[in-house]
Amino acid sequence: MVRYIAKRLLLIAPMLIGISLITFIVMHLAPGDPTSMRYGLNPEVSGSARAELKKLYDLDKPVHIQYLLWAKRLARFDFGNSFLDDRPVMQKIVERLPATLLLNVCALAVILLIALPIGVSSAVRHGSLYDKVMTIIVFIGYATPTFWFALILMVVFGFMLGWFPISGLRPWYIEYYSSGRQVADLLWHLVLPVVAASFGGLAGISRYTKSSMLEVLRQDYIRTARAKGLPERKVIYKHALRNGLLPIVTILGFALPGLISGSFIFETIFAWPGMGRLGYEAIMQYDYPVVMGVGVIASMMTLIGILISDILYAFIDPRIRYK
Amino acid sequence: MRYRHFKKRNKRRTKSSLKTPQLIGVASFFILSLTFFGTSLLAQNDRPVGDAYVSGGIGDARVLIPFLADDSASGSICGLVFNGLTKTDKDLNVVGDLAKKWQVSKGGKVITFELHKGVMWHDGEPLTAEDVKFTYDALMDPKNNCPYTASYSDIEEIEVLGSHKIRFVYKEPYAPALLKLGMGIIPRHILEGENLRKSAFKRKPVGSGPYIFEKWKTDEYIILKSNPDYFEHRPYVDRYVARVIPDQAVQYLELITGGIDTMGLTPYQYRYRTDTARFKEKFDRYNYLSHGYTYIGYNLADPLFADRRVREALSYAVDKKEIIEGVLFGLGEVCTGPFLKGSPYYSVDAAGYDYDPEKAKELLKEAGWSDTDGDGVIDKDGNPFKFKLITNQGNKVREDVATLVQRQWSQLGIEVEIQIIAWASFIDQFVDKKNFQALILGWSLPTDPDCYNVWHSEASKKGGLNFISYKNREVDGLIEEGRREFDTKKRAKTYKRIHEIIAGEAPYTFLFFPYATPAVSKRFHGIEPAPAGIGHNFIDWYVTPDERRYTW
Repeated sequence: MVRYIAKRLLLIAPMLIGISLITFIVMHLAPGDPTSMRYGLNPEVSGSARAELKKLYDLDKPVHIQYLLWAKRLARFDFGNSFLDDRPVMQKIVERLPATLLLNVCALAVILLIALPIGVSSAVRHGSLYDKVMTIIVFIGYATPTFWFALILMVVFGFMLGWFPISGLRPWYIEYYSSGRQVADLLWHLVLPVVAASFGGLAGISRYTKSSMLEVLRQDYIRTARAKGLPERKVIYKHALRNGLLPIVTILGFALPGLISGSFIFETIFAWPGMGRLGYEAIMQYDYPVVMGVGVIASMMTLIGILISDILYAFIDPRIRYK
Repeated sequence: MRYRHFKKRNKRRTKSSLKTPQLIGVASFFILSLTFFGTSLLAQNDRPVGDAYVSGGIGDARVLIPFLADDSASGSICGLVFNGLTKTDKDLNVVGDLAKKWQVSKGGKVITFELHKGVMWHDGEPLTAEDVKFTYDALMDPKNNCPYTASYSDIEEIEVLGSHKIRFVYKEPYAPALLKLGMGIIPRHILEGENLRKSAFKRKPVGSGPYIFEKWKTDEYIILKSNPDYFEHRPYVDRYVARVIPDQAVQYLELITGGIDTMGLTPYQYRYRTDTARFKEKFDRYNYLSHGYTYIGYNLADPLFADRRVREALSYAVDKKEIIEGVLFGLGEVCTGPFLKGSPYYSVDAAGYDYDPEKAKELLKEAGWSDTDGDGVIDKDGNPFKFKLITNQGNKVREDVATLVQRQWSQLGIEVEIQIIAWASFIDQFVDKKNFQALILGWSLPTDPDCYNVWHSEASKKGGLNFISYKNREVDGLIEEGRREFDTKKRAKTYKRIHEIIAGEAPYTFLFFPYATPAVSKRFHGIEPAPAGIGHNFIDWYVTPDERRYTW
């Protein structure tokens, strides 16, 4: 097992290099450069000033040299500085990570809390009216465009009823609140974004749970459990659910990169200061170091997420052993 | 001043006004609370200091060093935290800011400034001529990579003549200098020897302006507080908060519910979302010409547009009023030339090309274009009149303009294909390489009328902004003359002439100046709309104690 993990960890490095190389090339294939984006039609900025800026950011060098320079810095865990404000990329990422993590962890928790019971109960009452209604509801959630749903929530609960704040993570005057009130205020600000973010995610988890539960409920040991006279509750929640949740663990591994990457649409609508907006702005402004930084961290999380779910799998399912 | 307690006032206000519907009840409550919190500070001419002004913008600031700031969010914060030698007043005239007075001598080559005494940096140090010299030396230092160096490259020498006197010597007389020297001054005692691009200062600036930097939460908000020792007078609005709200529809919701006090309305919002009682009760909306115009430019190197009559015909065939009505919901004014409408440089006598399809047809016929083969498209020497009109993606107004002119031109038998291109490749592949036939773009207009970078034939070289290749010796001469002349009246004459010549040659179809359309909460008093907009006298705005929304 240890050898297996070590081997997998070693494999991550070449994969990261491949991913970063492809990202780097694709980014540079797009026409234009950061200076034409920012100063292309600004009468106050001369062509020579633009050329100087290119030099400052090594953009005058051939692409492969630029990549090597970047990789060299990365070897020292330095992601470079943003072109937009010359701040270290890592600092910019760390600054925005908490908001994104907070929102996504809460949303994931809400999704699990609601979707698992929906999945289990739908499997138990497979084919009933309840099952059908639930299916319709979760798929409405899945099919509803996030931005539209978010705006509707905002208009109804923020604008018309005034129950929740419309946007933002916190008000600008939060520091004048007591610390207890600060926490309460934060939760209050979280309600609408979390509801909007989890509605669309219900379908996935609940459907996986349902189909995996259906599979398990057909197994012989379930019949045995029932035959020996166990109460149905015990059959479902002790015997069936344990096995039925195995595939969900895999999915949770994949959710890890999603936790940090954030959603641009979401963060834009809720004025949420997270990673999605950082990445999107970087792409639109050709801020190469930030795009690379966000990209490498997201892909590293994906690779680690896959590894963790594999390990967890072996851990909770004694039938699986890696060599 | 210490902050003991913070309360959002509006909630309590609703409660108390429920008890007694008359204003007296509300007022007495406020008087009580004011004495309680002890913050009823009064400044000169008895305007009360207090409350906060919360603005909503779509993007966060980046760098708060005036000569490195290149986005509007950073620019507006820098404008409140720093002072330049000069500034523009409400009518866009150059007036002194840190400079008490100045003298232009040697035909414009030498400008000597005398600074106000007693101006202090926010950390209490005095601001002197050394700071001014330090700022412009840093601006021109190649190591700092300031993007705007071109406007200062003619400076030969900067001489400090005393603690509050400084002289700029130019190689050539340069009339825009007075305005360009309005760049915000940064403190030498803090920044000497620092790498400006990397310094912490760029996110924690210390200036001399009406507002003191207090706090910045990235992508959320920036808070500034009023400078009690500001040399003009203490700003009456105690806090300036710039909130980042990237979506304009959400900004509007925040505005109406009180989360922000001002936003720039879209033309649609201005027209259709401000008629509600909820809006009218709490907000005033303003409109004034924004400093920029939208145009259709023709590539003069393309033989199709070589004949002036053809360009005139295209301009006559564009119904600018319909465009303003259809695209801007009427919130704009027709533009006829490259200067700010209403400024002394804008000529009212220039050719305007009022919509006249008959005249357009006549001109085209004169130029040899007619529909000889009866396919609905006019032709000449066997070539149909077809061209491609490009604009950049993400600008709805320009995309709509393209659709409208396509229809308007089709009535003359001209076939236009519209292509909408992502900004980076639009600049790189089409504009910079002059690889286009006609395009829709806009220019923002700096306060100084100097238009060398856009209209001089030197600017038509590769990568220059005269990408339509407009070349006119008389205009070249006048532009050079205008740059050297400091007398506003004489300059006005020069630029009016430039306006008339360019309009007469129709290298662009000038379309419109859109209005800027901000909404501001009614509790702010003292707003005076002017050609410069509404922000010019921000330090004079105030909120009466009864109307305050935020207290601490």
